[in-house]
Amino acid sequence: MSLAFTQAPARRWRMPGTTGQIALALGLAAFLLAFLLVPVGSVIYVAFTEKGTGGFTLINFADFFRTDLFMRSFWNSFYVSAMTVVLASLFALPLAYITTRFEFRGALIIQTLGFVPLIMPPFVGAVAMQLLFGRNGSVNLLLNEYLGFRIPFMEGLNGVIFVQAIHYFPFILINLSTALRNIDRSMEEAAQNLGSSGMRMFRRIVLPLAMPGYVAGASLVFVKVFDDLATPLLLNVKDMLAPQAYLRVTSIGLTDPMGYVIAVVLIVVSVLAMWVSALALRGRDYATTQRGGGGLAKRTMRPWEQVVAYGVVGLILALVLAPHLGLLLLSFATIWSFSPLPDGFTLAHYSRVFGESSVYIKNTLIYASIAGLIDVVVGTAIAYLVLRTKLIARHWLDWAATAALAVPGVVLGIGYLRTFYDIRMPDGTPLATMWIVLVIALAIRRLPYALRACYAALQQISVSLEEAAENLGATKPRTVRRIVVPLMMGGILAGFVTSFATAAVELSATLMLVQSNADAPLAYGLYVFMQSAAGRGPGAALGVIAVVLVAACTLISQYIIDRNQKTTGAAR
Amino acid sequence: MIRSAALAATLALASFTAIPAALAQSGKVTVVTSFSKDVTDPIKAAFEKANPGVMLDVQNRNTNAGVKYLDETRSNPQTDLFWASAPDAFEVLKSKQLLQKFTPTAEGIPDKIGAYPINDPDGYYFGFAASGYGIMWNTRYVGANELPEPKEWGDLAAAPYYDHVAIASPARSGTTHLTIETILQGEGWDKGWQTIKDMAGNFQTITDRSFGVPEAVNSGQVGYGIVIDFFAFSAQGSGFPVKFVYPTVTTVVPANVGIVANAPNAENAQKFVNFLLSPAGQEVLLEPSIRRLPVNPAVYAKAPEGYPNPFTDARFKAMTMFDVEKSGKRTAVVDTLFDQLISFQLDDLKSVTKSIHEVEATLAAKDNPQARALVKEARALIGAVPVNEEQASGQEVLAAFSGGKEKGARQAEIEQQWASFAKDNYAKAKAKVAEAAKLAN
Repeated sequence: MSLAFTQAPARRWRMPGTTGQIALALGLAAFLLAFLLVPVGSVIYVAFTEKGTGGFTLINFADFFRTDLFMRSFWNSFYVSAMTVVLASLFALPLAYITTRFEFRGALIIQTLGFVPLIMPPFVGAVAMQLLFGRNGSVNLLLNEYLGFRIPFMEGLNGVIFVQAIHYFPFILINLSTALRNIDRSMEEAAQNLGSSGMRMFRRIVLPLAMPGYVAGASLVFVKVFDDLATPLLLNVKDMLAPQAYLRVTSIGLTDPMGYVIAVVLIVVSVLAMWVSALALRGRDYATTQRGGGGLAKRTMRPWEQVVAYGVVGLILALVLAPHLGLLLLSFATIWSFSPLPDGFTLAHYSRVFGESSVYIKNTLIYASIAGLIDVVVGTAIAYLVLRTKLIARHWLDWAATAALAVPGVVLGIGYLRTFYDIRMPDGTPLATMWIVLVIALAIRRLPYALRACYAALQQISVSLEEAAENLGATKPRTVRRIVVPLMMGGILAGFVTSFATAAVELSATLMLVQSNADAPLAYGLYVFMQSAAGRGPGAALGVIAVVLVAACTLISQYIIDRNQKTTGAAR
Repeated sequence: MIRSAALAATLALASFTAIPAALAQSGKVTVVTSFSKDVTDPIKAAFEKANPGVMLDVQNRNTNAGVKYLDETRSNPQTDLFWASAPDAFEVLKSKQLLQKFTPTAEGIPDKIGAYPINDPDGYYFGFAASGYGIMWNTRYVGANELPEPKEWGDLAAAPYYDHVAIASPARSGTTHLTIETILQGEGWDKGWQTIKDMAGNFQTITDRSFGVPEAVNSGQVGYGIVIDFFAFSAQGSGFPVKFVYPTVTTVVPANVGIVANAPNAENAQKFVNFLLSPAGQEVLLEPSIRRLPVNPAVYAKAPEGYPNPFTDARFKAMTMFDVEKSGKRTAVVDTLFDQLISFQLDDLKSVTKSIHEVEATLAAKDNPQARALVKEARALIGAVPVNEEQASGQEVLAAFSGGKEKGARQAEIEQQWASFAKDNYAKAKAKVAEAAKLAN
């Protein structure tokens, strides 16, 4: 039954590429150079300089390997990332499978809700999670009162794994679901004709064909967790690499090389992880969309299956959405301190927030949309160049863009200030103070998400469709516009949604680059509220608004994807 | 007739002079601050009311990020004021020539609060509100766990407090750094570190931002927090079940404001400083959501009952003299020591502290002098510091922490030495305690 895995057919593109492709590659390289490599380089070159002379040296890397703390941090980060992928897969697989393979009422809502954990507003999210799962959170207070024990959900490395898996499993869910939807029904029909069904078909046909989506999601989760500093910091776990880099850069200062040494290590590991995941998929062809239609046949469940399915889905959703429930409670709470539920409820926080935060909301929508748009355009272009051309060094575009994942936001922020502050606009204001720079910073930070989604989508499209179009006389740009992009639409939208949603709650780069309240996005507003006792309620209210807003946008895109699938399905 | 002519002339004159004045008043002023919205909003409203036409734009950054931001943007500043708590940060800005001199018009502000000078003697920054450091706790948490109420720093080292205390890392929080420095200056280098490490053995968590501590105490995740007073007062003002105490070894330090060098709206920036120090500006500090101690003694007449007044309360007079220069010089060393000896070794430190508490409980029931001696040795091992006070501000160590400028030992090397010093000592202490436990039983 190795039908699905035909060896990659010999492709026509043997020459380096057309002029248009070369121009596109150069344009992308210039974009990445200007907005990622140069700014980051302007900060992290310190990692390679010798103290005192400023000459080139690798001694700082030797220091890294000689320091117990850093080595401990390295292995902790590695362990946490790997275990998070495992736990996140446990959350994502059932949700993706049940909602795409079966006639399941509310599949659209579950797909959206399953996505919501990704939108965890900074600071308030942490407070809400502590209030529910913390040592004296609702769950543990109740457990302790009635059963006399506590569960350390939020303590140590296991706490980090728990929270990270809840937070990032949507990466796997969204990419896997898209991949499952893109599988050609004919594959499944062929398998059925040959007598395969049930779990066997899932294991041998469906899952392998959806592999690009799963690997895209899993590698993103791994790298994101490896590079994430917010969650370990909120749990006060410091012996992991990303928090170490952040703490050093922000507390010891810009001249200390070790922070950047760690940043370089993070970047290298991230790129390596992406390379390994590409290796895992190499030599196999996942393209199944040969007739321009897709989607597995949805089966109706038997009653007992339905019970099990709803049970599983309900359980997972309850767990992963608990932080948001906590956030909602917090936004209505008067005082909530050392008790399972708040003392009382009020609407006052919302009324305080509504007046002053419309500007934040507007800015967030504008910034995150533009950033998401830049990301899918650049992501599609890079995916196309890497997968469909033989241009020399095309993989470097992919790796450079991926490295953005490992650059701490604060390093990017400072790099932007250094690179763009002395470029003056005609009226004398520095370029770095324009809001568009903030948007580009967000786009660069979120580019890897969109890139992986676009990449996986393109991997699933058979090159024969393009060849057919070209044989019929279509030019290459026309082929891309009329054939490739429409077929990739699901993946592109998935990429847009991920970039958009996560950019909307991004904080670290934002904090460095925001120049005035009038230009500030929601995350900054949250930060400002969450610095005081009286601001906790309004901050939570603002957080709820952010989540609802982003979730609504997600629902709309999901709806579009769904409708798109139906129309292409019907056209067949 | 003459009178009305004079009046008309005065009015004409007034309107003449009023026009340029009004023009000068228009515009905005941008302030970089670490203060929360609850502090800045009421002050912004009051300032804009007192200076019609001037708009105050607030940029919120934490203190360290704010300093870095001013440094990175020095070629063409877009901000006018820096407004934050930690006097250290202002010392750094002053030494980097990022502030400009100014003489405020305000009257009635004394030179000192407690033992601390309110304003920079060179006129680069000005204290506008005072704050003291102390211990806050969640009364529900303390009640439910039947825990005591602390009075002194040393109390936090006692057995009942084990795993109930939170602090922010001094490397990350300017205010905690001052707390640590206050203990070191008040009790002396060696005794101070012993106190700090005895306390640290009871820490549940070390947060990476100042507000993380009051947040954890407010929500009842930890019982006690080492914080600056207004965090506790404003939490009380918002209705949280918390209490606060100033220990004897503490200090009242001013929160400051300074004008950025080459500020684009320098004139409006001066207006803001003058407003902040005027009685009208000082009174805003008394609002429940702000609750800071004004530096103008006259303003306390309007304060609510029970409001701490550092100018009349005898406790504040007795508080430690704080040496800013000394503190500024060894900032990086003290912070790194704290992180390497405590933050990154917290598990080991806590485990040996727990054993000590257990042995001491056994010894309290049935004394054993030999075991007591061992415990004492263990405590001394825990309290030991790899550098003495002279070395801490000596050239050798400072050069390693100065970044890329001078050749010499690298910071990472020294850190590794300190970390293994602490690790070894905690392991030795643990062995001694285990021995003591055998003897005691």
